[in-house]
Amino acid sequence: MSSWLDYTINGLIVGNVYALVAVGLALIFGVSRLINFAQGSIYLVGAYIGWVAVVQLHTPLPLTIIFVAVVAALVGVIIERFGLRPLQNSVRIAPLLATIGISFVLDQLVMLTFSPNPRALPSQLPDVRFQVGGGTIGPLDLLIAGVGISSALLLFVFLRYSKLGWAVRAASQDRDAAMQMGVDVNRVNQAVFGIAAALGGVSGLLVGMYYNQIDTAMSLQATLKGVVAEVVGGAGNVPGAVVGSLLLGLVESYGVAVFGTSYRNLFAFLLLVVVLVLRPNGLFASARQAPPEPLTGTFIAPSRPVRIPRWALAVAVAAFAILPLLPVSFYILQTLINAWLLGMLALSLTLVAGTIGQVSLGHAALLAIGAYTSALLSLTLSVPVGLAIVAGGLMSAALGTILISPSFRLRGHYVSIATLAIGEIVSLVILNWESVTRGPIGISGIPPLSLFGYDLISPNSVYWFSFAVMVVLALLQARLLGSHLGRSFRAIRDDDIAARAYGLSLNRYKSLAFIFGGFAAGVSGGIAAHLYSYINHETFNTQQSILALTVVILGGLGNVVGAIVGAVALVGLPEVFRIAAEYRILIYGIVLLLLVRFRPQGLLGTI
Amino acid sequence: MAEAHAPLLSLRGLTRRFGGLTAVDGIDLDLAKGGLVSIIGPNGAGKTTLFNLVTGLDRPDAGTVSFEGHDITGLSPERLAAQGIARTFQLGRVFGNLSVMDNVLIGAHTRLRAVKPAVPVIGPLLELGLALLRPSSVRDEEERLREEVKAILARFGERLLPRIDQPAYSLSYANRRRVEIARALALKPRLLLLDEPTAGMNPSETAEMQALVAELKAEGLTILLIEHKLEMVMRLSDRVIVMDEGKKIAEGPGEAVRNDPKVIEAYLGHGLSGTSEQESAA
Repeated sequence: MSSWLDYTINGLIVGNVYALVAVGLALIFGVSRLINFAQGSIYLVGAYIGWVAVVQLHTPLPLTIIFVAVVAALVGVIIERFGLRPLQNSVRIAPLLATIGISFVLDQLVMLTFSPNPRALPSQLPDVRFQVGGGTIGPLDLLIAGVGISSALLLFVFLRYSKLGWAVRAASQDRDAAMQMGVDVNRVNQAVFGIAAALGGVSGLLVGMYYNQIDTAMSLQATLKGVVAEVVGGAGNVPGAVVGSLLLGLVESYGVAVFGTSYRNLFAFLLLVVVLVLRPNGLFASARQAPPEPLTGTFIAPSRPVRIPRWALAVAVAAFAILPLLPVSFYILQTLINAWLLGMLALSLTLVAGTIGQVSLGHAALLAIGAYTSALLSLTLSVPVGLAIVAGGLMSAALGTILISPSFRLRGHYVSIATLAIGEIVSLVILNWESVTRGPIGISGIPPLSLFGYDLISPNSVYWFSFAVMVVLALLQARLLGSHLGRSFRAIRDDDIAARAYGLSLNRYKSLAFIFGGFAAGVSGGIAAHLYSYINHETFNTQQSILALTVVILGGLGNVVGAIVGAVALVGLPEVFRIAAEYRILIYGIVLLLLVRFRPQGLLGTI
Repeated sequence: MAEAHAPLLSLRGLTRRFGGLTAVDGIDLDLAKGGLVSIIGPNGAGKTTLFNLVTGLDRPDAGTVSFEGHDITGLSPERLAAQGIARTFQLGRVFGNLSVMDNVLIGAHTRLRAVKPAVPVIGPLLELGLALLRPSSVRDEEERLREEVKAILARFGERLLPRIDQPAYSLSYANRRRVEIARALALKPRLLLLDEPTAGMNPSETAEMQALVAELKAEGLTILLIEHKLEMVMRLSDRVIVMDEGKKIAEGPGEAVRNDPKVIEAYLGHGLSGTSEQESAA
C-alpha cells in the first residue's frame, strides 16, 4: 500500500462512500434549503443495523444491504415527519437546531443500545486482492464502487423518469411554484429524506465493513465529511456532491500519504474552509450568484423578553454568594461550580449565536484554547494562575476570532458548518502539535487555582471564585448589550443586508462579538483546566458545544440572565433527579428538540 | 468630470446581467443636487436592481456610478452609507426584534464619532472599550442621537412616537415602512433612495407619505424614487425615467413621459410589437 495508484484507488473508494452521504445531503438541501446535521446519525444507524444483520441474523450480503436501506429510509421518513415537518413555518433557526438535536438523540440511542465500545463488522466478502497496474484492489472496493455507481444511476433514473422524481426536481427549483402546480411538497420531502437516509445508512454499512470496525464516533465524522463534500460540490447540487466527494476522498488520501493518518481530517476541514472562503457556493457554481440563504424572514423567534427587576437579580446573586456559608453539601457546591463554568460558556455562546446570530457549533474549541494557554503558561513559564487565566481568555478571544473570521461572510447553516469544522481543526491541531500541546498524552499536573499567591483549593473558595468571575462577565455583557454595540449586533442578526446598507461592517462587528465572547469562553476553559489539573484534546468536545447551545436556547437567545438560568437548570436538574450520566446527553438532545418545537424563544425570551 | 455643476449622482451605461437576463441594461441617469427623479416601469423592469447597484448591494457588470464627481462603482454598502447614501427597501427591511428607537438609531450609525474613533487597526478595540466604559462624551452623543430620533419620529405625527419602545415586528405594515424612512433620515443622507415608499398603503396613508416626501424635497434633500402610484410621481418629480426590461425607454418631465407611446405600450403589454421573443426568454 505504498504506491500512488493505491492511494488514488483508496481515495476514490472513500470518496464513493462520502458520495452516498453527500448526495443525500444535496437532495435535502435542494428541496428544503436545509443542511441535515442528522445525516451522519443515520449513517451510524445504518452501520449498527448492518451489524445486527450480519452478526446476529447472519443475512447474506444482498439482503443485508436491502435491510439496512429499508430501516434507514424508515428512520429518515420518521425524522422528516415528526422532527421537521412541524417546523415548516417557523423561524429559520428552528430546523437547523432541530437536526442538531435529532442527531444527538439518535447517536445517544445507538450508544445506549449498543454501548460506546467499538464493534467489529466483518465484511461478508472473500479477502483477496487483485493486481491492477501497480496497485491492488479487493472485492469490497469493487462492491463500494458498484453500490456508489448503481445508486447514482438509480437516483438519476428516479429524478429523470418518475413522476415523484419530477416533483422533487420541481420543488428544488422553485418550491412555491411547484406547490401552486399541485406538487405535494410534504410527499416530496418525505421521499427525499427516505432516499437520503437509505443512501446514508448503506454508506455506514459499507464503511463499517471497509474498516471492519464501527463505533458511535462515526456519526459526527460522517456528517462533517458529507457536508464538506456537499459544500465543495455546491449545496443542493447532486452531481456536484459526487464530484466533491471524490475530490475530498483524493485530497484526504494523498494528505495521508504525505503527512500520516492523524492528518486525514485536518485536510478535509481545511478543504472546507478554503472552499467556503473562496467559493462559498461551491466549485461548480458560477462566480456570482444570489446568496444561498433567503434574504428575508426572521432568523430567531420574536418575543418579548421576561423582565426581571434589578432587585430580584441582586437578591439572587446575594443568595448564591452566601450559599457556601449555609450547611450545604460539598456535592451541591460542586454541581454549582460546574454550572458557573457552563454559565460562562453559555454567556459567550448566547452573545455569538443569540445576539449576533452566528450559531457556533464549535464553541468548545474556545474553551480548549483558553485551557491550554492558561495551563501551559502556568506550568512552563510559572505565570501566576490568575494572570494565566486572563491570558487564556485573551488568547481565546484573539485566536478564536482569527480562526472564525473566514466564516464572517457566511450565513445561517454555513456558519454552523464552518464553526463545527474550525472546532475540529483546533482539536486536531492540539492532537498533532506535540511539541507544544504534548499531543495525545495531554497536560497533567496543572497547578490549582490561586489568586495573589493564595491557593484556592477549598470548595468554598473555588465556588466563590468561579461565581464571582461569572457575575462580572455577565455584568460586562449586559453593559455591552445596552450600548450601541448591542443594537448593532442585533441588527446584523435580524437583517445583515439592511445593516450593511446603514454602514455596519459585518467583519468589524462579528469580530467584536467573537472577541468578547471568546474571552468569556477562554476564561471558563482556563478555570476548568486548573480545576481538573489534567486536560487533553478530548476534554472539550462537541458534546459541550451542543450542551452550551441547549443552555442558550433554553434561557432565550441573547439573554444574559437566561444563559445562567439555563446553565443552572441543565447542570442542576439531572443531579436533582439523579439521572445517570449516560442518559444526560440524550436528555439534552430531547430538551433541545422540545424547545425548538414548543418554546423557541426559551424560558426568558430572546433579546 | 469635475464641472462646476456636476450632478450629485450620475450613472453611465450601468449594466447588470443575471445569466441570460439583462436586468439593468446600459442605464444613464443624472440627478442634480436637490432634485427628485422618479423611476417607473412595470414589475421586473430592473428598478430595484438599479437601486442595488447604486447602493453597493450588487455590482454592475459594466458602467459607472459617480457620486459628487467621484467614481463609487462597486464600493461596499458600508462605505456608501458613510458617504451619505441612504435607502429604503421595497419589501420593508426593518430589524424585527429591535425597538423603533433602536431601528432608527441604527440609521445614525455612520454618524457615531465619540464611540467610534477613526483610528486604524485598533479602532474596533477602542470602540469595544468605549462601549463598555461609556465616558461622558459617549453618553452625550447617545443622548443627542436619541433626541434626534424623537424629532425624526415626530415627523410621522402620532404614528410612531407612542410605539417608540415596541419591537418593529409588532408594527403594522405601513408603520414599518415609516420606520424604514425614519431610519434613512437618521443617516442625514445627501442622497435618499426610496423604493416604493407607499406600497401597500391606503389612499390616506399614501397622501401622508406624499406630503412627507414633498417636505423632504422642499428641505433640499436629493431623492431618487421608485414608485408605482403615478399621481404621486407626477406631483413630486422634476423628471421621470421609465424602465422596461432593463432599458430606459423614456425620460423627461412627467406629462411628456405619460403620453409617450412606448411607455403606454410597456404598461399595457408587448403584444403590439415584435418583442415577444424577449418576453418569453425572461
